[in-house]
Amino acid sequence: MMKHLLTLFLFSLLSITNAQATQENDVLPTILPLLQENTVASKQQAINTIATSSDPRKAAYLQALLAGELYLHPDGTLALITNNQALDAKTTEALQLPDTEFKKITTTNNLRSQLRKALEQLNMTDPDPKVRLQAATNLLSTITPEIAQYWRQLLGTETDSKVKAALQLGLDLADLNATEKSTRLQAIQLLAGNLAPEVRKRLQPLTTDSDPDIAQAAQRSLKQINDQIKLYSYAETLFFGLSLGSVLVLAAIGLAITFGVMGVINMAHGELMMLGAYTTYFIQQLLPNFIDYSLILAIPAAFIVSGLMGILIERTVIRHLYGRPLETLLATFGISLILQQLVRTVVSPQNVPVANPSWMSGSLEINSVLSLTYNRLYIVIFCLIVFTLLFMVLRKTNLGLQVRAVSQNRAMARAMGVRSARVDALTFGLGSGIAGVAGVALSQLTNVGPNLGQSYIIDSFMVVVFGGVGNLWGTLVAGLSLGVVNKLLEPWAGAVLAKILVLIFIILFIQKRPRGLFPQKGRAAGD
Amino acid sequence: MLLTILRNDRGGQIMLSVLLATLIAVPLLNLLVPAGNPLHVPTYLVTLMGKYLTYALLAIAVDLVWGYLGILSLGHGAFFALGGYAMGMYLMRQIGDRGVYGNPDLPDFMVFLNWKELPWFWYGFDMFWFAMIMVILVPGVLAFLFGWLAFRSRVTGVYLSIMTQALTYALLLAFFRNEMGFGGNNGLTDFKDILGFSLQADGTRIALFIASGIAVIAGYLLCRYIINSKLGRVVVAIRDAESRTRFVGYKVENYKVWVFTVSAMLAGIAGALYVPQVGIINPGEFSPLNSIEIVIWVAIGGRATLYGAVLGAILVNYSKTVFTGLMPESWLFMLGALFVLVTLYLPQGLAGIVNQFKARRSSKQVTA
Amino acid sequence: MSDGEGARFITEQKLDTSHKAILYLEDLNVSFDGFKAINNLSLYIDKGELRCIIGPNGAGKTTMMDIITGKTKPDSGQAWFGQTIDLLKMTEPEIANAGIGRKFQKPTVFESHTVAENLELAMHGNKSVWYSLKAKLTGTQQFLIDDTLRTIGLTEHYYRPAGALSHGQKQWLEIGMLLVQEPHLMLVDEPVAGMTHQEMDRTAELLVSLAGERSVVVVEHDMEFVRSIADKVTVLHQGSVLAEGSMDEVQNDPRVIEVYLGE
Repeated sequence: MMKHLLTLFLFSLLSITNAQATQENDVLPTILPLLQENTVASKQQAINTIATSSDPRKAAYLQALLAGELYLHPDGTLALITNNQALDAKTTEALQLPDTEFKKITTTNNLRSQLRKALEQLNMTDPDPKVRLQAATNLLSTITPEIAQYWRQLLGTETDSKVKAALQLGLDLADLNATEKSTRLQAIQLLAGNLAPEVRKRLQPLTTDSDPDIAQAAQRSLKQINDQIKLYSYAETLFFGLSLGSVLVLAAIGLAITFGVMGVINMAHGELMMLGAYTTYFIQQLLPNFIDYSLILAIPAAFIVSGLMGILIERTVIRHLYGRPLETLLATFGISLILQQLVRTVVSPQNVPVANPSWMSGSLEINSVLSLTYNRLYIVIFCLIVFTLLFMVLRKTNLGLQVRAVSQNRAMARAMGVRSARVDALTFGLGSGIAGVAGVALSQLTNVGPNLGQSYIIDSFMVVVFGGVGNLWGTLVAGLSLGVVNKLLEPWAGAVLAKILVLIFIILFIQKRPRGLFPQKGRAAGD
Repeated sequence: MLLTILRNDRGGQIMLSVLLATLIAVPLLNLLVPAGNPLHVPTYLVTLMGKYLTYALLAIAVDLVWGYLGILSLGHGAFFALGGYAMGMYLMRQIGDRGVYGNPDLPDFMVFLNWKELPWFWYGFDMFWFAMIMVILVPGVLAFLFGWLAFRSRVTGVYLSIMTQALTYALLLAFFRNEMGFGGNNGLTDFKDILGFSLQADGTRIALFIASGIAVIAGYLLCRYIINSKLGRVVVAIRDAESRTRFVGYKVENYKVWVFTVSAMLAGIAGALYVPQVGIINPGEFSPLNSIEIVIWVAIGGRATLYGAVLGAILVNYSKTVFTGLMPESWLFMLGALFVLVTLYLPQGLAGIVNQFKARRSSKQVTA
Repeated sequence: MSDGEGARFITEQKLDTSHKAILYLEDLNVSFDGFKAINNLSLYIDKGELRCIIGPNGAGKTTMMDIITGKTKPDSGQAWFGQTIDLLKMTEPEIANAGIGRKFQKPTVFESHTVAENLELAMHGNKSVWYSLKAKLTGTQQFLIDDTLRTIGLTEHYYRPAGALSHGQKQWLEIGMLLVQEPHLMLVDEPVAGMTHQEMDRTAELLVSLAGERSVVVVEHDMEFVRSIADKVTVLHQGSVLAEGSMDEVQNDPRVIEVYLGE
């Protein structure tokens, strides 16, 4: 609909300038007989004529043809008909409808692709560099000597560097088919290191060229390109690994506090994450029109919900079990069952849909082989922010000081006037709140359901244990490196086997170094 | 012999007597009392009780390591499942050409996966004796390797618990894979017969029930014998003061590995008896939840009593059957609450209540 | 093998004390996070000797015991038991079975076992897993337990759980455990803490009677007690030997006085 109106508008707009158009600019007299001939060849010629002419209405002609809106009357009137409105192409006056004698000018697949190409070509002079870049990229695969000729002119006046590069690439590609060997060789060399898929497609056949020089040069360039692609694919794996690692760190870091700093095994940690994810869901339900912002709001909300739940758990259960880690493990496992069932009963046993805000979708394109999706990118950034904040809280605030004091020597801290019961509750609340925040992040990556927590709890423990209990840096390094290792293994082992291998690795690692990568030093480390 | 093992074990004496009476009475009530009679025990109930008994044996195995050695294993479900798989493989081979695809050489799921020949690790499982050796050997070897690595490097406490949980989790993931050759997601099922007897027949089911009961009795006596021996005293010494035990000259890791391995073997036997009675084994048995549930059976019954483990396993599973039937929603709430309440208010379990009561009475007698 | 008596099963090496000394500690160094707990410590204990080791808190007495019994591995140095047994290559149980017994500063007994069982567990003999499964108390072992219980004065507590004993009784039980272990070398950390004067005298008597046949190293804070038993005293300070000699010599050593009375 919009397009039709646009075409109409174009025509009427151009009709004003048309009056001033010189006789030789007007393409209509040339193409009319060709269109009337009504063969594929004649139409092809007509399109070519339009495309190479300097008629200001040529874009409108091409678009109308492509859309099948150009009609021909036996009396030689060419008309644009859309929505039962007809315009005479010559006079740009409205025509009386219905007129059954108008015949649509049909196009074949080939003609349509020719039309599209011609239109792209037109876009090459569009004032918007983005449009020009897109047009140039689209044309790369079908570049002809004529187009190349035209591009050479464009290159001289082009100001945008990206468009320039695309034009140059197109010219180099065109040169591959040049008759002179030196030109071809030069083009092959120039194309080395270019990652556009088109380049590989074109160089590949040249590696078996009858001319050994060309073949050799092509092989060299291709190898260089493939090496680079490999490098970028490693970079991509690394990025995937870091984003997975960030998820692990987010999931584990709250645990690192409750387990590492307080020595409490919280098996309900996964369910506190689940609560965070459900908080996101409920906030989205409450503010259905603000999906883009509600996620931001969900972060503090999830922190509070999970944090309060954590404090509740600490006050009612864990408090009575200090110094009995195995019992704490069992009791908190019971709590995790209760929380899961609570969600199943109160909300639903099924997964709930959590929307992704628009700014989370899409990707950051580094080059034609490497692009970083925004959701993964934000997870990495988010993880680092959470880590930094937590680190600051523990290092710089009074609460952090008290937490560290209690974790190192409870009796002494109490003697110094630290209210250890309050510190315990707050620490546990802090760890739980972080779990909730992690849940918000998870809600953007995975299904939100009652079992969400279960699937992360073992991984989280592995991260904390691997990194060394009581060491936040250890958790960060362990989480990120386990993520990367996992992703490195995945291509040849498959996702599940990779995970198994990582688990086995950690089990063996802990046998070798029972205190993890970064063992906690000092008195607290001793049994 | 028997009497010396059970000396000073009132709970065990009572438990074993009740169990023995049940083992005799239930088959009689099933076979001799006609179906309409209120005293008749239907076959499905016999099988259900048989299932509980395999759980009881599993609980004994966990109590041996947790109650006496102080190792909280969150991975005993894995040993149970491995024993179950070994039995399942035998039962699978017994199907022969009676499967859906009628292939005499390959189990159905392999035909379905387009496999051409039997993987090497399935060799020998058509023989009952071989499968039975594997039932004990596979969990035993795994426990030995894991224990040897873990105990030698002195991984203890919650670390060890988490490692055992990771172990069963890794196995869970592995057995879900079709490529592993154990039927993937669906596991092994559609069993037909065992040693030539149809698994559907009442007689077979009663025999399996009795076998499970005997296994519980034998497992109980074995564990009691171990606990009563000097080895048992060393094991408890390790639980109470590990490093002190080292300083009087005991190689703690050897003791731990030994007990852990024996316990894993018992769990494997329990799994092997479980599978023919429920008719299926799938990777779900490896789930960490299963393993941790066993611990709560033991905790409810009472740690370090052995009979408490039997009591707890049967009680919890009976409640589970009842409540999942009546109000399925409530079961996980109850189980969760059990975990919390038992650890908070009943650290000695049900056996502890009895002992406390007894202790109070005897102290009254002393003062009187 | 059958009666589990006398012979030592686990160590292949025999204790060789042909050069008089039973324990050689040479140039030992241990540091924890930069803090030097043991600093170039060298110490020799002769066969049959009763040696007292004194020193202020943090002098490295307990760490030294930890090294000898295999709990802590030094950063450098040597520790030999007799001429042939390298202690640094052995684990705690191997060292215990080679004939070094230890009584801890804080009495640690097996609380849920009876007093008699505590002695049974500590008694020398084959301590392998399979052997323990079938082990029965022999007549001689039973006699040893009864005899030891008499020595430590706990005969009427035979069936009592060790956890129910008083602090002093636990001290005695630990000494009893050390006795039934029949070690060549006894390391005794603060044996008289929490004891009455009467008990202290009995302990002193016991330790003195043990020396000669066995070597005994006593770490003690109670100077009066040390004076009552010691023929040779070693003073540790900041992880190394400050002075060595008879009690009188040591007490008159200006460096020792300085350490004990402050600068």
